[in-house]
Amino acid sequence: MSIPSFIPHEKMSDETFVLNLGPQHPATHGVLRVKLTMDGEYIARAEPVPGYIHRMHEKMGENRTYAQFLPNTSRIDYLSAMHYTHAFVGAVERAARITVPPRAEYVRVITSELNRISSHLVWFGAFLLDLGGFTPLLYAFDDREKILDLLEGITGSRLTYCYYRFGGLYNDVDADFLKGTRDFTAYMRPRLDMYRALVTDNIILRKRLESIGPISAEMCRKYGATGPVIRGSGVAYDVRRIEPYSVYPEFQFDIPVYPEGDCMARYLVRMEEIVQSLRIIDQALDQLPEGPVMAEKVPRVIKLPPGDYCYAVEAARGRFAVRIVSDNKDIPYRVKLRAPSFSNLSLYEEASQGMMLPDALALMGSLDLVIPDIDR
Amino acid sequence: MKSPIGEVIRGFMSLVTGMGVTIRQFFKPNVTVQYPHASLKMTGRYRGHIELVRDPATGLSLCIACKSCEKACPSDCIAVEGVKRDGEKRKSATDFKVDFTKCSLCGSCVEVCPTDALKFSRNYNLAGTSREAYYLDLLKRLQTENK
Amino acid sequence: MNISEPIRLLLFLAGIMAFVGFNAAYLVWVERKGAARFQRRPGPTEVGFAGLLQPIADALKLLSKQVIVPPTSDAILFRLAPVLVMSPALMCLAVIPFGETLVARNINIGLVMVFAFGSINVMAIMLGGWASRNKYAVISAARVVSQDVAYEIPMLLVVITLLMVTGTMDLNQIVRQQAGWFWHWNLFKLTANPLMPVTFVIFYICMLAETNRAPFDMAEAESELVAGAFTEYAGMGFGVFFMAEYANIVVGCSVATVLFLGGWQSPIGVWSGPWWFLLKMYFLVFSVIWIRWTFPRTQFYGLLNLSWKILIPVSLFTLVLSSIMLKLF
Ligand code: SF4
Ligand code: SF4
Repeated sequence: MSIPSFIPHEKMSDETFVLNLGPQHPATHGVLRVKLTMDGEYIARAEPVPGYIHRMHEKMGENRTYAQFLPNTSRIDYLSAMHYTHAFVGAVERAARITVPPRAEYVRVITSELNRISSHLVWFGAFLLDLGGFTPLLYAFDDREKILDLLEGITGSRLTYCYYRFGGLYNDVDADFLKGTRDFTAYMRPRLDMYRALVTDNIILRKRLESIGPISAEMCRKYGATGPVIRGSGVAYDVRRIEPYSVYPEFQFDIPVYPEGDCMARYLVRMEEIVQSLRIIDQALDQLPEGPVMAEKVPRVIKLPPGDYCYAVEAARGRFAVRIVSDNKDIPYRVKLRAPSFSNLSLYEEASQGMMLPDALALMGSLDLVIPDIDR
Repeated sequence: MKSPIGEVIRGFMSLVTGMGVTIRQFFKPNVTVQYPHASLKMTGRYRGHIELVRDPATGLSLCIACKSCEKACPSDCIAVEGVKRDGEKRKSATDFKVDFTKCSLCGSCVEVCPTDALKFSRNYNLAGTSREAYYLDLLKRLQTENK
Repeated sequence: MNISEPIRLLLFLAGIMAFVGFNAAYLVWVERKGAARFQRRPGPTEVGFAGLLQPIADALKLLSKQVIVPPTSDAILFRLAPVLVMSPALMCLAVIPFGETLVARNINIGLVMVFAFGSINVMAIMLGGWASRNKYAVISAARVVSQDVAYEIPMLLVVITLLMVTGTMDLNQIVRQQAGWFWHWNLFKLTANPLMPVTFVIFYICMLAETNRAPFDMAEAESELVAGAFTEYAGMGFGVFFMAEYANIVVGCSVATVLFLGGWQSPIGVWSGPWWFLLKMYFLVFSVIWIRWTFPRTQFYGLLNLSWKILIPVSLFTLVLSSIMLKLF
């Protein structure tokens, strides 16, 4: 008889105790609190308690102009700032009927995909840290540093870029960036092979992730989980394909899908996504048109016609959507931000039922939660 | 059905491969920069706190105290006052304060300025011991730089 | 050898204490430097040349901190645990032969003594965790016990296999048998038991598990249990646990060196001496550090399954094989 990795609810004893995981705990990467009811080392019930860094971004959106809200978007999920800004400028552009010049769209795709890779690299490192491996984190940060340097060169910031503008970009990319990005895609592929040798194929890691924390496609749908979580459960849901935006339809890339639904599937989805992002970047660099990076007639003060507008992007953690309700003022009536991490966290209570503590933490890591994104 | 012994051996080999990866890294040079002893050069577009641009002709600020930046700033961190001096066509700033504790480095002020009087500084040593250290008087900074 | 026996013993004990203290402090430095190299950064550089004074600075810092005993804890046991965790390392090293004559007390059942005292450190961690009365610490204490029980068995089975080959429990005697070129080491005594390298690997894995080192650091498991059994310890209380980890690694690696790698015997047949012992021992210590900075932590039940399903059957098999070989040849 080996020790079970999982006990169903019916078999739990009544002698439980409450264990507070967080708000300051090494594995929650921020200030998420999970109230665990434990039966020994098995989890009888896990109740996430978010809200420790709630900053009212939605409300802030309702009392400032569109341009003033723009810097906020990159602070919601600080790891995929580009995608979030993209969704917001996309929503405003759609409403105000601004056509973005093609060069700007291509640069948006390049920077978004770079941002996706850097976000996945942070996740990779942090996830391994959750599993007790420290070294991959620093290797991943070494690679991420190269992306940050590239993005800093064109945007001036390293994390909260605020690079997109209504109708285009803050400024054009330079030759250094284009060359650096090409070098980076060439550099990154062998690094991924190294990660495979060091981490992916490692027996300890496989034992820790395979068939741990299964999430069914059904459960993903129920809680609205998106991104690598649902793709790791066998559903090819990717906003870039389902509701194409920007110039994504011009590129060839695969949507990695693994049907197992366990932590390993989510891990593999993300690692594969890095490869696909590199593919997109290469294509975008090849096809990058010349021209302006800012639409011509962008009003100084943006007033959207009355109505209800929505724009969704595939952020690193899933579907991020911005919904703006305008009543013809220069300040939106309502801004709704649909954050992927919040939905992904929602399924945690059901999915972690009966798991052992370390497995439950592996599951939490595999959801790739960013706490400011949950709390907004 | 894989044989269990084969699986054990394969698992063991994967561990050996992993150790091979790290030992190769062991003998490679450092990738970090030892900060106080060495530092990186900031890129041209680096965004530090904002700074007034000097008019090369007069050596003074280009600011016309139009307050556009004050209005554009999402975080309300700019406070500009200006007067119209005799014999001048435009106003000039008498007071230009930035509360850097609130600044989100978004660049709205730089973009909105009609006379391009603002720029980002390259200053990245932005640690301080008090809140007051971040209430910047940009006009004063411009003058002290003059000397 | 004209100093009288008690004085010699005292000198040796003082020497061992110094050795353990020095190693515990400086292996922290080695670990930090080593980890830094694996991660391609410089590690400690500021205090002293190449950060060499860093362990001393750290120890001073820890000493100057208040030792907080939580009011709900069992104060006596809480204070006793750090003392208990350090003592077995000292006891064990007393019988380890560093060189032909460089051994504090050569007793003919040295091996038994090493294993008898070696287990105390696990009890100390358990006590510490239990006395803290912290939920994370208690979980960690429970883990430590089950882990230790699981790994003590294959370790002893492997050692019995080895004993069949050597026929003695006198550690110095075991080393002497391995004289000559390195293929005389027990590790390569394939004529006695073709699975000798496997036994060594099992011994090594068990040693990692017994010293609570990554990838088996269930007791500390900082991303799961905050700091495990040491969560409530502050100041030097924590410092002692931290140093004991390294002291125990030194003991474990010393035993492995003596049993399998020929102790102070030279691998090329000449110039045998304590330097070979230290060289081999530190190489093993380095490999322990190397492993820690390469692998993720194992899952707790995975760890137990590894012991019960793989290590124990394999070590039983080697045991049987050894006895058959012994009978046949
Ligand atoms: S950069 Fe943005 S937040 Fe900072 S002062 Fe300028 S407008 Fe305000
Ligand atoms: S927008 Fe430019 S000119 Fe106007 S007040 Fe600000 S800095 Fe001065």
